[in-house]
Order: sequence, then structure tokens, then C-alpha cells
Amino acid sequence: MPLLAAPLCLLANERRFAWGISVAASWTAFAIAALLLGQALDGDIVSYELGGWSARWGIEYRVDIVNAFVLLIVSGIGSMVLLYARLSVQQEIYAGRVPLFYAVYMLCLGGLLGVAITGDVFNLFVFMEISSLASYALIAMSEERRALTSAYQYLIMGTIGATFILIGIGLLYMMTGTLNMQDIAQRLPAVSGNHTVETAFAFLTVGISIKLALVPLHLWLPNAYAYAPSVVTAFIAATSTKIAFYVLLRFMYTIFGASFAFQNMPLSIIFLVLALVAMFAGSVAAIFQDNLKRMLAYSSIAQIGYMILGISLASATGLTAAILHLFNHALMKSALFLALGCVYYRLGQVNMEQLRGLGRSMPWTMAAFVIGGLSLIGVPLTVGFISKWYLVLAALEQGWWPVAVAILLASLLAVVYIWRVIEAAYFQAPADNSDVVAREAPLSMLLPTWALIIANLYFGIDSSLTTTAAAQAAQCLLKMCGLPQ
Amino acid sequence: MTALPFAILIPLAGAVLIVFARQHPAIRDTVTLATATLLFAAVATLAPAVFNGARPTLTLAEPLPGLALQLTVEPLGMLFALLASLLWVITTIYSIGYMRALHERHLARFYSCFALSLWATMGMAFAGNLLTLFVFYEVLTLVTYPLVTHAGTERAKRSGRIYLGLLLGTSVCFLLLAIIWTWWLAGTLDFTRGGILHGTASPLLLGCLLALYVFGIGKAALMPFHRWLPAAMVAPTPVSALLHAVAVVKGGVFFILKVAIYVFGIDLLAELQATQWLLYVAATTILLAALVALRQDNLKLRLAYSTISQLGYIVLGTLLANAAGIMGSAMHIATHAFGKITLFFCAGAILVRTRKTLVSELAGIGRSMPWTMGAFAIASLAMIGMPPTAVFVSKWYIFLGVVDAGQLVALAALLLSTLLNAGYLLPVVYTAFFDAPGEAAGDTHGEAPPAILLALGMTTLGTLALFFFPDILLALASQLAGPGT
Repeated sequence: MPLLAAPLCLLANERRFAWGISVAASWTAFAIAALLLGQALDGDIVSYELGGWSARWGIEYRVDIVNAFVLLIVSGIGSMVLLYARLSVQQEIYAGRVPLFYAVYMLCLGGLLGVAITGDVFNLFVFMEISSLASYALIAMSEERRALTSAYQYLIMGTIGATFILIGIGLLYMMTGTLNMQDIAQRLPAVSGNHTVETAFAFLTVGISIKLALVPLHLWLPNAYAYAPSVVTAFIAATSTKIAFYVLLRFMYTIFGASFAFQNMPLSIIFLVLALVAMFAGSVAAIFQDNLKRMLAYSSIAQIGYMILGISLASATGLTAAILHLFNHALMKSALFLALGCVYYRLGQVNMEQLRGLGRSMPWTMAAFVIGGLSLIGVPLTVGFISKWYLVLAALEQGWWPVAVAILLASLLAVVYIWRVIEAAYFQAPADNSDVVAREAPLSMLLPTWALIIANLYFGIDSSLTTTAAAQAAQCLLKMCGLPQ
Repeated sequence: MTALPFAILIPLAGAVLIVFARQHPAIRDTVTLATATLLFAAVATLAPAVFNGARPTLTLAEPLPGLALQLTVEPLGMLFALLASLLWVITTIYSIGYMRALHERHLARFYSCFALSLWATMGMAFAGNLLTLFVFYEVLTLVTYPLVTHAGTERAKRSGRIYLGLLLGTSVCFLLLAIIWTWWLAGTLDFTRGGILHGTASPLLLGCLLALYVFGIGKAALMPFHRWLPAAMVAPTPVSALLHAVAVVKGGVFFILKVAIYVFGIDLLAELQATQWLLYVAATTILLAALVALRQDNLKLRLAYSTISQLGYIVLGTLLANAAGIMGSAMHIATHAFGKITLFFCAGAILVRTRKTLVSELAGIGRSMPWTMGAFAIASLAMIGMPPTAVFVSKWYIFLGVVDAGQLVALAALLLSTLLNAGYLLPVVYTAFFDAPGEAAGDTHGEAPPAILLALGMTTLGTLALFFFPDILLALASQLAGPGT
């Protein structure tokens, strides 16, 4: 659906029209995703064979609970950000390029959804590249000149990652002779123990880790987030690393199988170390940032650490925590970036200095930021708390004391960087020489921001939907559900 | 249908209404007072049923599967809620006089956060399980933060950092860990008479868990995590009076009592080796804090350290793990509250009239403010634990508990600290009444404003009345200590 909408946007060479089309497309996608999740929660697996070719030869689209959940969050955030986008894009992007912007945005969304929905590894690679290329373009569209270099940096890193993934897929094809996920999974046990399979696994893991911005492969992320247009940052931060995470889960659990990943390969300990480094280094780096977008970018790196930590715990609870955090982090990060987008819209900059006194001049925006920040810290009644609860519980189950303490300590670091913002916004008088008078952001930007903030609170107070879905997804991944037994 | 939902809804509604009435001081103050009165009425109507053994329950939400946000009224919570809501009414009268006399600004925010603090306090008092208690505990930290930093100055900001850092730090690192650990061990977080932890782990581990709880509940201000309380003294006096002598700190020791009675159970507590060590920590806190109080020239700081010392009594009484100790601690929550709030009211009254904050400046002030200083003298007697003040009763029970348990160290600490209490409070009274006024005797300030005097009088009477009519306290406390007593 969004893929169809992309050329339409380009054709409709008029700003508002392009926006309308993309909004309609993304909300339809969201509705479809919600329906799919409903079906998947009942235990159904929806399969669609593209072009009528049966699965073994053609491309199969296959939706179980895992991707239904991911589809929901990606399309949900995508459409919410679009609602917000109109004014922000108008300001930050050269007018002639606006329809192009929406077209590329749609391509990116389409690519991401495609990755989530497909049941074919090569097709997955293609969609991943569609979305990645689109996101390079989106970042480069910013009026900020440094965006070009950061997009270029991202392009190079991303392409290396893509190449690794492609090599991995190629090796898999070599060993099994098929590209369909189900078939690979069935045929792999026969050849497991083979070095080629292990190499394939290594290539895939590294490649995906680049896309995922796992420490130490995260270098592209801070620049890309900091210089992209606000809308793009919110969108990419909430979706593209999440999709990469989903791909990682798919390959690890569905295709290779948990026992291969954790018993044949020393993945658990590698991920554990990397995750802890990410959590602490990311948070500490965030504390020393002056640009708020950069600060949140580093915090994203830390949060990715939490998710990877969930995997490394190698238990059902750990996996549930990881999937839950995927959803929750998407909610809080997009809300925070949208709130920053409001600030940017009014002030043209998001440095610490500009924030002074904003608590008074933009009360709603800053209130949204505060709640989003509390959620990031993991204060009860927000989604962050739910993720943290599951992560600590999972660590305790394994008897990994220091890890449980580390999770909590890292969340205290989040208090530090969030509180720097709060002190600046509420305790410091506005800078005297500021020629821009800050006013509250327009309603069309505030409403989507607050919608996400309320989602943060809602899923923090009543998490039955997310926890059930995440727990089911974890079960599904562990038992390799959907395989013909 | 009980009044329980109202007890939670009233302060919340009040907080919202106060924000709406921010343009009209008269309406704002009326709303505050009405809210406080209604809340007390609602809580009071709950009391008779609870006396007769009823346990009204209300489920708010279910943030985690199998773990609800649930309210259950039991005697200890009833006592705490009655106390906090009654003192809120009095404090409201006081703060109307105080804030107007000092021409403080941002009053809508102030009163609104005050109402929210009481909302959180009610939530804590009525919490039906550990999760609920923890959630409202954290909420209380966050909503009191704007009150502590009300002045908005550099000093307020720095104190706010200490306040938040210590309270959030201990609660996230130790308390949350302890709660998740308990959940993992016992599979439930419900408050159950006799405890839920018996036989779930080795005594050594349970001892660690107890330490995590006792230190994690930073609001109980056990050394070395007490620094936030003196820091919080930067807040306006009504905040120091109600929140940092009653709601917040008592919330802390209330939490410890709850954990001792309903999570560990008194029997288990008595068996643990760790209880002994923590008892010594409490005794040390009592003595050290009293010694520090001796050296404080700032009146509010002196009172703050006195509070830390008195909180030590309650923790100590709890850790004695016998009926008299528990009863004494529960009653001390209430009796100390009346005495300490009176002292803070006096400090505020002096500040309003003379702008003096140091003890050394108070020479001869008893002559111009006889009523205020008279109340101060009675409340000082209360802090020492002399009849005819209510503290005598609770301290008596704590002494009984100490003797029962045969704790010589604790006995010595209690006796010594009583002397120290006299040492840091009586000189203030002496200076005020018997020293000749200093150079600036020309001050023509009179007695404090009537609203302040009224509030002062009520709490002083309360201190005396609870000595002569301790029945309600005794009844509630003995229900706690078990059917045997």
C-alpha cells in the first residue's frame, strides 16, 4: 500500500495533496496491521503467495504474531509521525522537494513493512535496501548541510551491512538451495555443524548489527539522527533500528533456531558484553551532549543495548522483555523526538542553550518531553517501567545479579541526562539575546505528540495487550512456530 | 460502596481544579481548603468499618499480568491516611496565611502539586500490594520535586538534584530490585499477614533482601542515605512541615513497617541475623543525627536532623520484631507527626514575622511571639518524649519493645538520644524566653498572622490530646501487632 502511494505522491505535484495521499496510505496500512495482529493473537498464521506461485518458488508473505506486532508498531508510528509532518516538513524542507519527500517517506515505510511481512530471505534483503536507501535520501533532504555528510556516512556503513547480510544469505542459499524461511529452517539442521553455516550466521549477525547500531557498529547513528529533519529522526529512530532488531530475531530464532545460536555459537556472552557496553557508554555519552537530538541518539544506542541484553539472557522472559522494549522504546523515542521537533519548529535549534525558560513559553511541548523522559527513565506508570521490570526479572531468573543491578544503574544515568534538560527548561531564564520569541507549537504538531505520550502512559498502566503479544511472540520464536511439524 | 474511591479521587480532582482557578486567588484557596476537608471526611468515614475488621478493596488497573494496582485498607494504612489528611487540612490553613504573608509566587502550581502529593500519600496509605506502594512512592518523589525547588533559585536547583538523586537512586537501585526479587521468590506481592517470604530462600539471602528494602526506602532517611532531607529544607515551610515531617518521611517508615509486617512477617524478621545489623544502623542514625542537630544553627536544618533521628526510632522499633516495638513504631508515626509539624509551623511563623532563620538570632523572641514560642516549647517536650505529650506513649511502647527484646545497645541509644533531644531543642526555648533581645530590639513585629496561629494551636492541642486520649491510636496499633495483644 505505501509502495503504491509513493509514485502517486510524486505525480501529485502539489504539497498538500501529496501529504493527504501518504496519510491515507499509512493509516490504511496501520488499520491492516491492527487487523493482522488481531488474527495473529488468535494463533492464526496468515500467508499470502505473491503472484500465485506457491511458496517454494514464489515469494511468500507470511504473518505470525511476531511480525504482526512489529507491523503494528511500525505502521502506527509511521502514520502518527505523518500526521505531525505537514508543518514541520513545510519549514524544514525546500518547497519544491516536498512531494518528493513524501514519496521517499512512503518508500521507506513500505520497505520497512515489507521487511516485516515477508517470508523470503532474499525478498527481505530487497525490502531492507529499499527502506535503507530511502532513509539515506530522507536524511540528506535536510536543509542542514552536515546532513549530507552524515547521510553519506550512513550510506557507507549501511551498504557494508547490507553486503554482509547478502553474503550471509548467499551462503545459506548455497547450503540449502532455497530462500524461503520455512524451508531453510527445515533443511538447516541437516547441515548444521558445517563451517559454512556458521560463517553465514556470523556474516548475518554482523551485518544486522550494523543496521541495528549495536556498539561498536553504531558510529553512523548519532550524526544521522542529529542532522536529519525532525520528522525523519522521529520516524527512523522509532522504526528502522526496530526492524533491524526484528530481522535479527527472525534469523536467530526462526531460521537458525535458538539452540544453534546459543549453543553452537558463543552469542550469549558476546551480546551480553556488547549490550552492557552499549547501555553505559551510550548513556554516558548522552550526558555530555549539547545538542538534544544527539543526546537522544546516544540514548537510543543505550536502549538498543537493553534489547540486545534481553536476547542475550537466552530465556523466554528475556526475549519477552526484548520484544516488549522494542515496542515501548519505539513509543517513547518517537514521542520525545516529536516534542523536540516542536521546539525545532519554533526555535530552529535544539541545543541546551535554546531550551532555557522553555518550560514557561512552550508548556505543553515541554510537559510532553518530561513525560517522555520519565518513560525513558522507567518511572512506574509509563511503558519504560514495564520493560525494565521484565528485563530485571529475566536477569534474576538466570541468577545474573550484576546484570540486574547494571540495568537499574544504567537507568539512573538516564535520569541525569533527562534532568539536565528539565533544569534548563524550567530553572533558567531565557537567554537575553534570543531574537526568536518562543511560542507554543501549533496544534497539528502537538496533538500527535501527545497522542504518543498518552500511548506511553496507557501501555504503562494497562500493558495487557503488549505483554500478551510480546510473550506470545517470544513463545512463537522459541518454539519456531509455524513450522510444519 | 465505600468511600475508598473518593479518597483517591478527591485530591486528584482538587489538583486539576486548582490549576483552573489559577487566576482567582480566593477561589484557588477555597478549592484547596475544600479539597483537604473533603478528603479528611472521606477518610474518616472509612475508619469505623476498618476498626471492625472490614478490608475494603479496589482494583485500579493491571499494569503487569497477575500484578494489579490495588488498594486495600488495613489498620496501619488507615492510621497513616487519617493522620496525613487531618494534618493537610491544618497545613492548608497555615499555608494560606504563610504564602500570602510572604507574597510567594506560582501558588497555583504550589497548591496543585501539594494536592498531588496528598494523592500519592493516600495511594501509599491504601496500597494493597508492594507494586502499588512502590508506584505511589515514586509518584510522591516526583510531585514533591517542584515543591522542593519552588523558589527556582540556584540553591533550590542544587537541593532538588540531591533530593531527586538520592530518592530515585535508592528506590530504583535497591527498592525496585528488592521488589522484583520478592516477586520472583514468592510469586506474589500481596500484603499478607505473617509474610510471604517464609522459607523461600536462605536466611543469608533474605537478610540481603531486607537490607535492600531498608536502605532502598530512602524516604525513611536511614544513614547514609539521609542527605536529601536537609536538602529539602530549601522548600517553603508548609512543604517542610507537612511533607518532610509527615507525608514523605512517614511514607518511608510506613513502607518499612508494611514490609516488616506483611512481607517478611514478624517471626521471620526476628530470626534473621541481618535484622540485628540493621538495628545497629538505626541506632547509629538516631545518635549521629541528634549530634548533628546539636550543631545546626539554622532552625529548619536542626529540625530536619531531629526528624532523621526520630525516624530512626521508628525503624528501630520495627526491627525489634516484637508486638510492643511494632505498636510503638506505628504510634510514633502519628505522635511524632503532630509534634514535628508544630515545630516547623513555629519556624515558619518566625520567618514570616522576622525573616530570621538562625537559632542564634532568636534571643528574646518569646516576648513578642508568646503563643508561637509557647507552642514551640510544648512541641519540644514532645520531641524529648515527656508527658503530657503524645510522644511519651509511643516512646513508652518502643522502650517496652527494647526491653522485651533485650537489646542493650538499642536501650543505650534511646536513653542517650533523649538527652540529646533535650540538648538541641531546649536551648532554643531558653534563648527565646530568657535571653535579652539583641541590638535590633527595635523590631516591632507582633505575633504571627491568625491563620498561622490557628494551625499552630490545632497541632499543639493534638499533641496534648493524643496523650490523654490515645485510645484510637492504641486500638489501631494493637490490631496491627496481631490478635494476641
